[in-house]
Amino acid sequence: MSRQYDVAIVGAGVVGCAIARQLARYDLRIALIDAAEDVAMGASRANSAIVHAGYDCPPGSVEARMNVLGNALYRQWCDELDVPFKRCGSFVIGFGPEDEKVLQDLYDRGVKNGVPAMTLMPGCEARAMEPALSKDVTMALFAATGGITCPYQMTIACAENARENGAEWLLNHPVTAMRREGDFIEITAGGEEIETRYVVNAAGVFSDEISRMLGDDSFTVRPRKGEYMLLDRKSTCVETVIFQTPSKLGKGILVAPTVDGNMFAGPTAVDMTDKRDTSVTPEGIAQLTAMSKKSVPSIDLRSVITSFAGVRAQPSTGDFIIGASKAEPRLIQAAGICSPGLTSAPAIAGEIARILRASGLEMTEKANYNPIRKAIPEFRNMNNEERAALIEKDPRFGRVICRCETITEGEIVEAIRRGARSLDGVKRRTRAGMGRCQGGFCSPRVMEILSRELNVPMTELTKFGGESKLLVGALKEV
Amino acid sequence: MNKRYDIAVIGGGPAGLAAALEARKNAPDESVLIIERDRELGGILQQCIHNGFGLHFFGEELTGPEYAGRFIAKLEGSGIEVMTDTMVLELSGDRRILAVSAKLGLVEIEAGAVILAMGCRERTRGALNIPGTRPAGVYTAGCAQRLVNMEGFMPGRRVVILGSGDIGLIMARRMTWEGAKVEVVAEIMPFSSGLNRNIVQCLVDNGIPLKFNHTVTNILGRERVEGVTIAEVDPATRQPIPGTDITYECDTLLLSVGLIPENELTQAAGIEIDRVTSGAVVDETRQTSIPGVFACGNVLHVHDLVDNVSDEAMMAGRAAAAYVTYPAPAAAYRNVSGINGVRYTVPQRVSESASGKLDIYFRVGSAYRPATLIVRCGDDVIAKRKKQIMTPGEMEKITVDAAKITGDITLEIEEARPQ
Repeated sequence: MSRQYDVAIVGAGVVGCAIARQLARYDLRIALIDAAEDVAMGASRANSAIVHAGYDCPPGSVEARMNVLGNALYRQWCDELDVPFKRCGSFVIGFGPEDEKVLQDLYDRGVKNGVPAMTLMPGCEARAMEPALSKDVTMALFAATGGITCPYQMTIACAENARENGAEWLLNHPVTAMRREGDFIEITAGGEEIETRYVVNAAGVFSDEISRMLGDDSFTVRPRKGEYMLLDRKSTCVETVIFQTPSKLGKGILVAPTVDGNMFAGPTAVDMTDKRDTSVTPEGIAQLTAMSKKSVPSIDLRSVITSFAGVRAQPSTGDFIIGASKAEPRLIQAAGICSPGLTSAPAIAGEIARILRASGLEMTEKANYNPIRKAIPEFRNMNNEERAALIEKDPRFGRVICRCETITEGEIVEAIRRGARSLDGVKRRTRAGMGRCQGGFCSPRVMEILSRELNVPMTELTKFGGESKLLVGALKEV
Repeated sequence: MNKRYDIAVIGGGPAGLAAALEARKNAPDESVLIIERDRELGGILQQCIHNGFGLHFFGEELTGPEYAGRFIAKLEGSGIEVMTDTMVLELSGDRRILAVSAKLGLVEIEAGAVILAMGCRERTRGALNIPGTRPAGVYTAGCAQRLVNMEGFMPGRRVVILGSGDIGLIMARRMTWEGAKVEVVAEIMPFSSGLNRNIVQCLVDNGIPLKFNHTVTNILGRERVEGVTIAEVDPATRQPIPGTDITYECDTLLLSVGLIPENELTQAAGIEIDRVTSGAVVDETRQTSIPGVFACGNVLHVHDLVDNVSDEAMMAGRAAAAYVTYPAPAAAYRNVSGINGVRYTVPQRVSESASGKLDIYFRVGSAYRPATLIVRCGDDVIAKRKKQIMTPGEMEKITVDAAKITGDITLEIEEARPQ
C-alpha cells in the first residue's frame, strides 16, 4: 500500500522546509521529499547567506513582495527556530557618477517596494560607518534592515521543527514520475509510491522538470553558478554586508561577515547548462579576488580557508513562480526561487499556505503545535558555568573533536541523532570540519563517531550520501 | 577545577615530551604538567610508522611510535603529571590556562612557566584555491596517514599527490605498499620541500614520477574523485602553461603542500609572531615575547627532523626550569635576521647576557649550489659556512660565538644566485 499524504513538498531546500514548517501547524499529513541524503543540499547550502532589504527587486514583482515581507518575518522565525540572525545592515557602494545613478534608482525602487530605513550617503559617511570600505567609494545606499543568517542552519531548523510537528522527511527519494489519479497525485520517488492530495513544487533548479512531470511546461529554470571564497575568522574586517552596484547578472560580488565570525567574498554569476556543476574555476577565483579588493582593499585573501560554488535557479519568467498550476490545479508552484529566496522563504511559506486553503485544502490548526525548536548546544559560545553544567550532564560535551572550531563529541552525537548521516551532514549541523584545517584532524574522529552511533561500517560512510564514499576498504582488502 | 603547576606544557608530542622531561630534570622540585588533546601521548609520531627517526638523537633508526615511546617510558616515575584527551581552550598573557576534558570537565590552571608545543597543521585545498569539484577523496597526506596507519583503512586505490612535502612522499610509498597505484607527484616549485632521502626511498625506489613545476588545475568527479588534471607552470609566474594539462584517472588526491604552526592560542595570548615562520618570535632559550612562556617544536617553526625538535624542546625545557627556579630580570636583546636568500632564523633575537656557542637555525628561500652562509655583526663577519648545496627543504644551522654578538646580526647567502 502506498503512503498517503495531504501535501507532498518536493524539494528540501530552504523554501521547501519553510513551507513544511508553516504547514505543520495545521492538522495535515505532510511529506518533505528530496533526492539528496539530507536537507539543504542544493542552493540552500551554498549562497550568500544574506537577508536582503528588498530594494533591488522590480517594483510590483512577486519577489519584491516576498522579499520585504520575508525580511520583516525573519526575526520571529529565527527566534522561534534558534537560528543565528544579525541585522547588521547592508551597503551598496558606488564608484563615480554612473554608479550613483544606479544607487538613486535602487533607493527609488526600495521606496516603491516598501523597504524601510534606507539612507543614501556620501562615501565619507559610509566609511565612517564601515571603515574597511575603499576610499574610492563616492556614494552608498545603506539599508538598516539588511542582515545575515546561516542558510543551511535555517533550512535544517525549519525541517526539524516541521518534523517535531508531525511532518515526515523522505530523503534519498528522487521523484521520477507523477500522475493525477482522481483527487490524488501519485508520486514515484525512490522506488516508492506516494499518494498525495497536493504537491508543492519547491525543487529549486529542478523545479521546471518536476513541473513538467504533471504537464506544466509554462517555464524553465536555468542554473546560474556563483562561486565564493571563505576567509578564516581571524581575518574578518567588515561589520556590514557590502554590495557593489548590481549588474544584469545579479546583485554583484559582495563582501560580508558570516554569523559564525568568518568573512566571505562572492558570488560570481555564470550561466550554466549543467544544473549540478558546483565546481570552482580559476576565472571565478580571479574575479572574486579583483572585485572584493575593489570594495574592501584591506581584505586578506591569503587567509582563504575554502572556496565553493552554489547554483541558483533562474526562472525564465524573470520572477518567482508562486501559485496553483494552470495545467494541474493540485500542483502548487514555489518554483524558480532565485535570490532573494533565502530572505523570502518565510513569506513564501505563508503564501503557499493561503494558496492551499484557497484551493480547497481543509486546514485546522493543531492544538499541540510547537513553534519552538532548540539548536544543538554550542559549547564554543557558552560561558564557563554553562559549559560546566553541560559536561556534568553529559561528559561528551567535554571532549573537543574539532579543534579549530571547538566542537565537542556531544554536539556531533546530537547532530547524528537529529539526522546527520554523513561527514558533511555533521559539518553543516555542528561546524566540525569548517575551520582552518578543513577537517584534516577531525574527519577520522567524526567518521569514527558516525560509524559508532549509526552502527554502520567505516567503509560505508560518505561525505554527502550517494557514491561519495570516504574510504575504499580496510587495509589488506585493497 | 583549579590547579597550579610550576611548569605547564601544552602538547604531548615529541616537543612537549622532551621539554617536560628536561624541565623536570633541571627543576626536580617543581611540578610539571603535560596537557595533550589526543587520547594518547606522542603526537603525530604515533601515525609515522616508518623508520628514519632518531639517527641524530639516539644514533639509531627508529619508527615514529618507537621514538615517542622512548620519551613516554621516561615519564614513568618522573613525577610529571599528564592530562590526555584534554583540550586547551584559552591561554592568557599571565600564564593562566583554561582546559577541558570529558573526564575532568573544565580545568583552570595557573602556571609558573608555560611551554608551547602544539605542533602544526597541514595546509589545505582551500588555502591553495585549487579549482574543480568538491567530491570525497581529497585528503591532506597526514589525514590519509592517520586513516591508514591508525584506523586501518584505505582512502583510495589510484592516487595523485600534490606537493612533495615529506608526509606526501612517505604516503606515496605507504599507499603503494598497501596496493594502491600512485600515478604521479606534482610539485609546483622547481625543487622539493621534502628530504632528499625520502624522494629516493619513497618515489624513485617505487617508480613513482615526480614532476617539478607542475600543479593541479582541476579536480573531476561529482561524488568521488574521478580524475585530477595537472599542468606545467611557468617557473617565473607559477601560472599554468596552457596546453600542458594531463588528466589522470584516479579516485584520490592527496595534498602535501606545507605545514602551518598552530598558534591560535599563542596569538590570543598576545605573543609576538614571526610572519615568515608563523611561530612565536623567540630568543636563544626559546622564550617568547611574554616572559615565562616558551615555544619549541613545530609550533615554533616547521622542522624536517624530529631529532631537531627534541634538541630544541630540551632547550626550552631547561629555560623554563631556570625561569621558575631563579627568575631572571628581563633581558635586553640583539636582533637576528635573515637577508639575501635567508628566509628566516630561529632564534630571532639573542639576549645580551647570552654566552658560549649559539646554534642559529635557518632556511633559505631557494636552492643554492654551492652556498656560503655569512653571519655579520655590523661590518664584521662573525661566522661563515660553506656547503655544496642549500635548499628550502632542509633546515640549516650555523654556530656562532655569543661573545662576538655585540649588536644586531644578519645571516645571508654570499653572492646569492638562486639556481
